[in-house]
Amino acid sequence: MIRHARLTRFGGAGVALLAGTALILTGCAGGSADAGQGASGVDAATASDLTSFGTLADLEAAAKAEGQLNVIALPRDWANYGEILDAFTAKYPEITVNEQSPDVSSAEEIQAATTNEGLDTAPDVFDLGLTVALQNTGEFAPYKVQTWDEIPDALKEPTGLFVGDYGGYMSVGYDSAKFPTPTSLDDLLGSEFRGSVALNGDPTQAGAAFAAVGLATVQTDGTLDDYQPGIDFFSELNTSGNLLKLDVTTATVASGETPVVFDWDYLNATHAKDVPSWKTVVFPGTGYAGYYNQAINKNAPNPAAARLWQEFLYSDEAQNMWLKGGARPVRMEAMTDAGTIDEDLAAALPEAPSETVVPTEAQSTAAGTLLGQKWAAAVQ
Amino acid sequence: MTSDVLDGPSLDRVTSPAGPQQPAAAAPRGVARRDWSWVGLVPLALYVAAFLAVPTVLAVASGLFDGDGAFTLDNLAALGDPVILTTFGNSTWLSLLTAVIGAVVGALVCYAMLGLPETGIVRTTVDAASGVLAQFGGVMLAFAMIAAIGTQGIVTKFLSSTFGLELYADGAWIYALPGLIPAYLVFQVPLMIITFMPALAALRPQWAEAHLTLGGTRANFWRFVGLPVLAPSFLASLLLLFANAFSSYATAAALASQGSQIVPLQIRTALTSETVLGRENLAGALAFGMIVVVAVVMTLYALVQRRAARWQS
Repeated sequence: MIRHARLTRFGGAGVALLAGTALILTGCAGGSADAGQGASGVDAATASDLTSFGTLADLEAAAKAEGQLNVIALPRDWANYGEILDAFTAKYPEITVNEQSPDVSSAEEIQAATTNEGLDTAPDVFDLGLTVALQNTGEFAPYKVQTWDEIPDALKEPTGLFVGDYGGYMSVGYDSAKFPTPTSLDDLLGSEFRGSVALNGDPTQAGAAFAAVGLATVQTDGTLDDYQPGIDFFSELNTSGNLLKLDVTTATVASGETPVVFDWDYLNATHAKDVPSWKTVVFPGTGYAGYYNQAINKNAPNPAAARLWQEFLYSDEAQNMWLKGGARPVRMEAMTDAGTIDEDLAAALPEAPSETVVPTEAQSTAAGTLLGQKWAAAVQ
Repeated sequence: MTSDVLDGPSLDRVTSPAGPQQPAAAAPRGVARRDWSWVGLVPLALYVAAFLAVPTVLAVASGLFDGDGAFTLDNLAALGDPVILTTFGNSTWLSLLTAVIGAVVGALVCYAMLGLPETGIVRTTVDAASGVLAQFGGVMLAFAMIAAIGTQGIVTKFLSSTFGLELYADGAWIYALPGLIPAYLVFQVPLMIITFMPALAALRPQWAEAHLTLGGTRANFWRFVGLPVLAPSFLASLLLLFANAFSSYATAAALASQGSQIVPLQIRTALTSETVLGRENLAGALAFGMIVVVAVVMTLYALVQRRAARWQS
């Protein structure tokens, strides 16, 4: 996921640097081949569920023996990840969590794993957009958490190669102090929104912006088989002078530079901290949902810690933390039935649209190709 | 110049001001001794190889293979794609425009400073400021632009509240291609000043005196002496400015987020996109395309340079 504009001088350099250092380092990479063998002799790298270890306590012991966990692309202000990371550290102080490159995209997470393969700096776990997850199943180790059965089938790969973790609906966030409430896409074409409507990223790169085009497509009575109506909408928005081509970050929202933003509802919800009059609206009619996915690097340097992290994320505690960040955790339905969901937080979410769509892999690929051909010209 | 992977280390850009050419010293004659002077070059050669040559070759070579490592010409064929061609067009005109404006404005500033004492307050200040501003690119520059003339910027607000002048009545052009022109000029003009000033300062007053003594006029001095002597340095600086803008990435990445309208941003998209997958190798082909454009410009420069050298002999 491209979380925010990579506002670093070396943003783009990261990939090349990684590639370069990998070349130099492959010669002297001390692989951690034996690190997976815990004290109990379990090979954590092939454990596909908790039974391989025995009990959760055994897994915890194996993870503590490793003492490290490498996570990548988890911005602390994204779906409340900051609190989740801190809670994990508080629970397992023996395990040092190394937060790498918080702002890179899903594609770069996979690149980091391949270029650092065999090094102890490689990421142990991924948090990926669906397109990238589907394309890279060869990079993952299958693992089923204890709460596997409570995760809807539609949101998990059957063998546990990757599993949906949290998601939300494409929404429009806006500063209610400056603008009237938009009730439909067409409202955004009005002159009061001149130079104000921004996307979180470029649809040919970032999942959130891609979803915004998808939402525009289904809101204008198109189908996910053809994203052209969505591209046409943004082209019209551009012609009317309303499209703002600045990448959205927490900073641009706080300064008022990007006062109207297409983004996931859980990301738009976080802006209310900086801009009290910030509101998030999910348009009635067809909604566009998207879930991110957890996966374990098959060459994880800390395979036990990677699996413990998964168990932690799918526990009631961490699922409620995602909810606190405005995201819809994947076990939400089961937890609501069991009464373990935080009712207040659940009630605070924007109302879910009556009908939601999620693109299939084929639809995503076709849309990506179409955007690659048409987007640059549409917003020229 | 912005510092990022596409620019390479700035060391490769340090141009020695091309003053009036000195004839090369004749080779010393005598007993042939083993020459160890090249040893001193080894550290730099290693540095250039590790950080410039090898990555460049690897990047360009990656364009010749597909994701599975099989040889393919598809990536190079993709350079003919209308979107990519438009992007190359955008990059080229943007770089040419800012290079020409930067070179002309910078040269005029240098000319204006020529009349001031070399160690005076104005010249030292302008020199120092230029040295800093020439390197002021990337995210800092983008932020400065946003803070000054962004839609909520200080200058924007001042103009609209004081003069009723709305900079963005027709939309926020600062975050599109036109917005990159003022941004790039911020570092192009100072770069021109630091590269061109030494050449201008090398014009000897004696030449002007000789010219006047022989009955020439002031205007003729520039036509027959000044401009021909300065032409090579001016062109060299112009070329440097072109390459500088052509390879700038971070400034544009932070300012213009939609549509990846210039080549470095297309390279980023090919490498990091999470929605259009499997195009990592296209980045290599795009890099190759950039090298071709710069090679063409270098060739033109060499041809003009040869022509200019004739004026000097």
